[in-house]
Amino acid sequence: VCIHRVRSCSSIRFIKSKYVCVFDKSALKFSHQQRLFRTSAVSCGQIVQFKLSDIGEGITEVTVKEWYVKEGDSVSQFDSICEVQSDKASVTITSRYDGIIRKLHYSIDDIAFVGKPLVDIEIDASKGVASEEDVVETPPMSHEEHTHQEIKGHKTLATPAVRRLAMENNIKLSEVVGTGKDNRILKEDILNYLAKQTGAILPPSPKAEIVPPQRRAEAVPAAPKDKARKIPVPVSRPIAFAGKDKTEPVTGFQKAMVKTMSAALKIPHFGYSDEIDLTQLVQLREELKAVAEMRGVKLSFMPFFIKAASLGLLQYPILNASLDENCQNVTYKASHNIGVAMDTEQGLIVPNVKNVQVCSVFDIAVELNRLQSLGSAGQLGTSDLTGGTFTLSNIGTIGGTYAKPVILPPEVAIGALGKIQVLPRFNSKGEVVKAQIMNVSWSADHRIIDGATMARFSNLWKSYLENPASMLLDLK
Amino acid sequence: MVLQSLKNCLWLPCVLRTPKACLWSTASGGLIIQSVSNDVYQNLAVEDWIHDHMDLEKQQVLFLWRNSPAVVIGRHQNPWQECNLKLLRQKNIKLARRRSGGGTVYHDLGNINLTFFTTRKKYERMENLKLVVKALKALRPQLDVHVTDRYDILLDRKYKISGTAAKLGRTSAYHHCTLLCNADKFVLSSVLKSSFKGLKSNATPSVPALVKNLFEEDPSLTSEMLLDAIAKEYAVQHQIDHHITLINPADETLLPGISDKTKELQTWEWVYGKTPKFSISTCLNMVYKDSVLDVKVNMDVKHGRIEVCNIDLPEQWLPPGLYSELVKSLTGSKFCPNETTTLVTTLLRLCPQDDELHSRWSLLCENMIRLM
Repeated sequence: VCIHRVRSCSSIRFIKSKYVCVFDKSALKFSHQQRLFRTSAVSCGQIVQFKLSDIGEGITEVTVKEWYVKEGDSVSQFDSICEVQSDKASVTITSRYDGIIRKLHYSIDDIAFVGKPLVDIEIDASKGVASEEDVVETPPMSHEEHTHQEIKGHKTLATPAVRRLAMENNIKLSEVVGTGKDNRILKEDILNYLAKQTGAILPPSPKAEIVPPQRRAEAVPAAPKDKARKIPVPVSRPIAFAGKDKTEPVTGFQKAMVKTMSAALKIPHFGYSDEIDLTQLVQLREELKAVAEMRGVKLSFMPFFIKAASLGLLQYPILNASLDENCQNVTYKASHNIGVAMDTEQGLIVPNVKNVQVCSVFDIAVELNRLQSLGSAGQLGTSDLTGGTFTLSNIGTIGGTYAKPVILPPEVAIGALGKIQVLPRFNSKGEVVKAQIMNVSWSADHRIIDGATMARFSNLWKSYLENPASMLLDLK
Repeated sequence: MVLQSLKNCLWLPCVLRTPKACLWSTASGGLIIQSVSNDVYQNLAVEDWIHDHMDLEKQQVLFLWRNSPAVVIGRHQNPWQECNLKLLRQKNIKLARRRSGGGTVYHDLGNINLTFFTTRKKYERMENLKLVVKALKALRPQLDVHVTDRYDILLDRKYKISGTAAKLGRTSAYHHCTLLCNADKFVLSSVLKSSFKGLKSNATPSVPALVKNLFEEDPSLTSEMLLDAIAKEYAVQHQIDHHITLINPADETLLPGISDKTKELQTWEWVYGKTPKFSISTCLNMVYKDSVLDVKVNMDVKHGRIEVCNIDLPEQWLPPGLYSELVKSLTGSKFCPNETTTLVTTLLRLCPQDDELHSRWSLLCENMIRLM
C-alpha cells in the first residue's frame, strides 16, 4: 500500500484521506473510508460554530436537556448532538458537519438561544489549503454534482465521503439502495452495489465483516478513466475480525454475586453425589397435580424435595447449622428455612421458604408459587431473601445431571438437582424397566460436616423420595 | 368508517429505496392509521418508527392509539417525582418514558391518543388541536371545548381533557395529544401523586390540572365515536378518503426494526436511566425498640444510579465496617428496590450471625428500599 501525497482539488469542500495503491500498470484503488484524525490534522482544521437552528412556532429559546457528545468526540453529519426542550416539545439537534466537537456552549439545564452558537465543530481540513497530511488526488469531478441529487423528485442523501466513493467507482447514486437513516446512502451500500456488479468479494470494511474465501472477479467493466477503477480481489486474506472488547463496571446483581462467591469459596467444600429413582414420585405427583390445581396452585417436584430435605434435617441437624466467623461455635438453627435458587432476568436470587418443618407439601407449593411470581416481577422483599439455613438448586430444569454447587454462607450445605431422565434400570427381579432417574450433587462445609453425615442424610432424603409413602410415617 | 387491512393497501413499487416507507403510500396528502395493540411500549415504538423511517414530505400521518393502564412520563422527567411507583407496581400498571417532552399522563382504554406526523417544516400544534376541537364540535355542537395557549384543550373553560407533547427531529416531527373519554379518574389521581419528599431535580415538572371525562359531560359518547370523528375531520382537511388503516405494531415485516424499538423502550436504562440528575435529602423515621430514630439520608442519583450516598446513623448503631460496605455497595448501583434488595441481603450473608445486628440491618435497609 503506497501513500501518495498529492494536492487536493480545490472544488472539494470536505476532503478525506485515502490510500492509493499502484500495482503494475493498472491502478487498483483501495478505497478505505476512514476518519483519520492525526494530531497534525487537528491543528489545521477549521472551527465552525454550529448555530442552533429555528425550532418553529416562533420559539426563541430552549433548555438544553441532554448532550449526546462531549468535547473531543468525533461526529458525522446527521449524528445527534443534543436534546433540547421547549414548551413540551423535545427536539433532537443533529450535526451538519463531519468533524470533532471542540466546544459545548451550554451545560445541562442552560437556556440556549436560537441563532446563537450551540457547539464548535472542527472540520477535517480546510478547503483548498495544502496540508501536511495525506490528501488524495481526485479525478476531475463533475461540478454539477450537488449535495443532494434530485432523482425522480426524491432526494438522495449521502455524505461527501460516500459521494466521492461512488464517483470514483463510476456509480450513479440513483442506482444505489440506501439503507441509512432517512434512506441515506452509506458506504456499505456502495460496496454492496459494487459487489453485485463485479461478483467480487470486497475487502472487509471498518465494521466487522468476516470475509469468506475470495472468488475470481469477472471482467471488471473498464471505466473510461486513466486509472482503472478495480476492486482488489483479495488473494489470500486472513480472516479479519474487527470486533472490540467492551469493559463495564461490575454493579448490582453481579456485585452481589462477586461478594457472595468470594466468601463462599473460603469454605472448604466437599462433594457427594447420588442417583434417585423418582418413578413412584412422578406417578404420585401426576395424581396430586390436579388436586393442587383445583386449589389454584401449581405443584412441581420441588415441594417434595424440600419437605424431604426438612425431614432429613430433623435427623441430621448439623446440616442446618451455621459456623461463626472464628470457627469457634456452631449454631444449630431451629427453623428449616430452605432456600430455592431462582434464575431471573437480572441473575441468581435465592429466596427461602420459612419453617418448612411445620409446613405441609401443599403449604410449600403455595409459598413457592408466591416467591416465583414475586421473583419474576423483581418484587421480592428482604425477608424473603434473608434467613435461609439450607439451599436446594434445581438446575435440572435448565439441564445437566451432576453439578458442583457452591455453598451460600452462612449455610453449611447445598444440593443441586439434575434433570429427570428416563433410563433403563434393573428391578428386584432382575428385569430391565423404565425408571425416572434424577441425580443429586451435595456440597458441604468440611470443617463441621463429614462425609458420612452427608451420605446418611442423602440416603434418608433419597429413601423418602423413592418411596413417598414412607414420608407419611415421619411427617410432623 | 371503512377499516382496511394493510395488506390490501396500495403498494407503490417505486424505485425509491424506501420500500418500507412507501408501503403505505396512497399517493395522497395524508394517511390515517390505528394500532390494533393496547401495549404502550409497542405503540410508542410505532411513533418512533414512523418518525425515523417514513418520508412525510408527500403525505402526513395521523396515528390513533389506546393503551391498557399505563403511566407515561415525558422525555426529561423524573418518575419518582411524577408518580406513585409503589402503587404502579402493586396495581401492575406499566411505566413508560416517551421521546417527546411535556408532562406525565395516565393512559387507559378510556383515553385516546392522537399523533400528528408532519415534516419539520409543517410542524404546527395549534392547527392540530383546532382540528380536534372542530371534530368534537361537529360531533356534539353543545360541547364547550377550546384550545388554550398552553396547548391544552379545556372543557367548560375549566377541565382539562387533553394534554400535548411533541418531538422534533432533523426532518420530521410529531405532535401527540391525549383525549379523555372515559378514563378511570380515581386511579389517575392516585397514581399521578407522588409522595416523595426531599427530591431536588431540574427534571421537567408536570403541572397538575383538574380533569374531566367527556363521557361525564355526555354519556352517549364513546372512544370509538371520538376516534372516528377526529379521523373524519382529518380526512376532510387533508382531502383524503375517510379510511382508517389498521396496523399491528408487532409486525416486523411491515415495520422492520420495530421489535428492537419496542424492547428499548422497556429497558431500565431508558425508563429510569434517562432521568436527569437529581438529589434526595430526606429523613427516615425508624421505629426501633420503643424509640424513633431520625436518620438523615442524602443521595445523588445520576442516570438512575446512586452516585453519592450518605446515611447519618447514630454512632456504632451498625459496625463501621458493615456501614462502609453498605455505602460502597450502594454507590454505583441502580436506584431500584429490586437491585438494592439483592445487594443488602447478600451483604447480610457475610456479616456475623447476630440477631440484633440482623434486625437493625433489615430495618435500615427496608426503609432505604422504600425510598426507591
